[in-house]
Amino acid sequence: MANSVYNQSLKRQWLFQQVAIYGLLVALGALFALPFVWLVSTSLKIDSQLFVMPPIWIPDPIKWNNYRKALGYIPFWLYFKNTLTITVPSTIGMLVSSSLVAYGFARIQWPGRDVVFILVLATMMLPYQVTMIPLFIVFRNLGWIGTFKPLILPSFFGGPFYIFLLRQFYLTLPMELSDAAKIDGCSELGIYRRIILPLSKPALSTVALFSIMAYWNDFLAPLIYLEDDSKYTLALGLQQFQRQFGMEWAMLMATSVVITLPIIVLFFLTQKTFVQGIALTGMKG
Amino acid sequence: MLRLRKKHSDLATGLAFISPWIIGFLAFVLYPLLASFYYSFTRFNIIQSPRWIGIEGYAELFFDDPLFWISIQNTLYMLVFGLPLSLVVSLLLAVLLNQNIRFKAFFRTLFYLPTIIPAVASAMLWLWIFNPQYGLINSVLALVGIRGPGWLVDPRWSKPAFIIMDLWGVGGAMVIYLAGLQGIPEQLYEAAEIDGANWMQKFWRITIPMLTPTILFNLILGAISKLQYFTAPYIMTRGVGTNVPPGSPLNSTLFYSLLLFQNAFAYFKMGYASAMAWILFVLILVITLALFRSSARWVYYEGQ
Repeated sequence: MANSVYNQSLKRQWLFQQVAIYGLLVALGALFALPFVWLVSTSLKIDSQLFVMPPIWIPDPIKWNNYRKALGYIPFWLYFKNTLTITVPSTIGMLVSSSLVAYGFARIQWPGRDVVFILVLATMMLPYQVTMIPLFIVFRNLGWIGTFKPLILPSFFGGPFYIFLLRQFYLTLPMELSDAAKIDGCSELGIYRRIILPLSKPALSTVALFSIMAYWNDFLAPLIYLEDDSKYTLALGLQQFQRQFGMEWAMLMATSVVITLPIIVLFFLTQKTFVQGIALTGMKG
Repeated sequence: MLRLRKKHSDLATGLAFISPWIIGFLAFVLYPLLASFYYSFTRFNIIQSPRWIGIEGYAELFFDDPLFWISIQNTLYMLVFGLPLSLVVSLLLAVLLNQNIRFKAFFRTLFYLPTIIPAVASAMLWLWIFNPQYGLINSVLALVGIRGPGWLVDPRWSKPAFIIMDLWGVGGAMVIYLAGLQGIPEQLYEAAEIDGANWMQKFWRITIPMLTPTILFNLILGAISKLQYFTAPYIMTRGVGTNVPPGSPLNSTLFYSLLLFQNAFAYFKMGYASAMAWILFVLILVITLALFRSSARWVYYEGQ
């Protein structure tokens, strides 16, 4: 008898917990989703439905034409091409350099290695604001302002975060692989190319993904280095568009959706890689 | 002898592999770091070469530039009010997601999604959401009879607006918490249950102490990013079509990095901006070090 009362109270407690958890999740989920709904909804509205109270959630008519018009306001394809011209070589440079450097930290024993690696980690703390002014002056003296070079070149020298991530991954690969290859007369470069790289595809795709997103979304560096609007990236172009047509919310939201879409598609296509990557970086702070 | 030779050649190969980083470190970290330190003691407008002025730039910042102190205050506001709120909300989301629930992947994706969209696009979206007349927030408030504030155009509400917007982007901290939560051994909870602990006790006695290293990590990362807060306020705090510098209204959103950028690239006061950059660097070092030092008192490390 007492037992069943105890069970009942346990059950009630469990039920209460479930309601609280799902209630909170749904409420917070709605709060996080609303801005997205608002973004897409606004991007499909005719002007007369923008400025009304109470707000209209489902546009009527649905004005797909906003997207075509928005792409006409800014030279979208030109900015798209510019953004790719920066993102693609930078990501390749980041992959090649970071994977080489990480190999040197994870798979080769040399004196002083761990001290130098701490230095790599320490550079992550250095704010961009400290180095941006002298670098701007150097690139200016080289006559590179207004070109993509200052945006692409640094990526060929490795990023500390990516080096860290790849090193962690390399460390999980058994050392015997390298030893066996060495006995067969394989050089370190050969081991890197023929054994380690093919085994590191998950980590490399994580780096590629993070890097693509970082370059695609970057604002400050293009803002500093690009002068002529024919060289603008999508991010800069959108900002420029807002400066000129600040009140055209439907157009602005349509352009924002278009700029965001490739990243969202990429995210959903590679979600598994992404989760793995986060697991890699989340390890042992 | 053989062993020695081998060591030597390993050093050479090791250095060869990390040589891209060494070159990058010298060219893109060490040189700029030293150069910016030198510039910070000069007057330098790019066109003429830098002229040595000693600590005059620093003195001007501290004693003669009200904007400097305003930007420090604004940035501290975000650190003191925005950061703890972000950390609490991201922890709440992570704890919810760590329960045995359905649609876990869906909710995780939903909460994480805002962090991957380009900062410029989310800045546009939130400009519209905060629109005083027809924005999402004030429209919804009006439905329940509340007249919403002017948000980004009201100096009293502009910083809270950025805090609200930042809450939408806590997905990054959330996934780090999630990783931390998954590292807590299940046996701890089981043992506590046998002892009759309720969920409150489990949360405060197990989850929080076991999570303190992750909290420290998020705290440091969050503090550094708040000190460098730039893109969103740069885009969202300028009048449309005018030449109003960012930071409006009434400098209420003039954050440190905004002022630094303005000094460097709008007024070309490169020496002055370098002094600001070094102050920022020192601030980041001091805050990080202070957090690490304090961590001995509140962070629990297993096996200690």
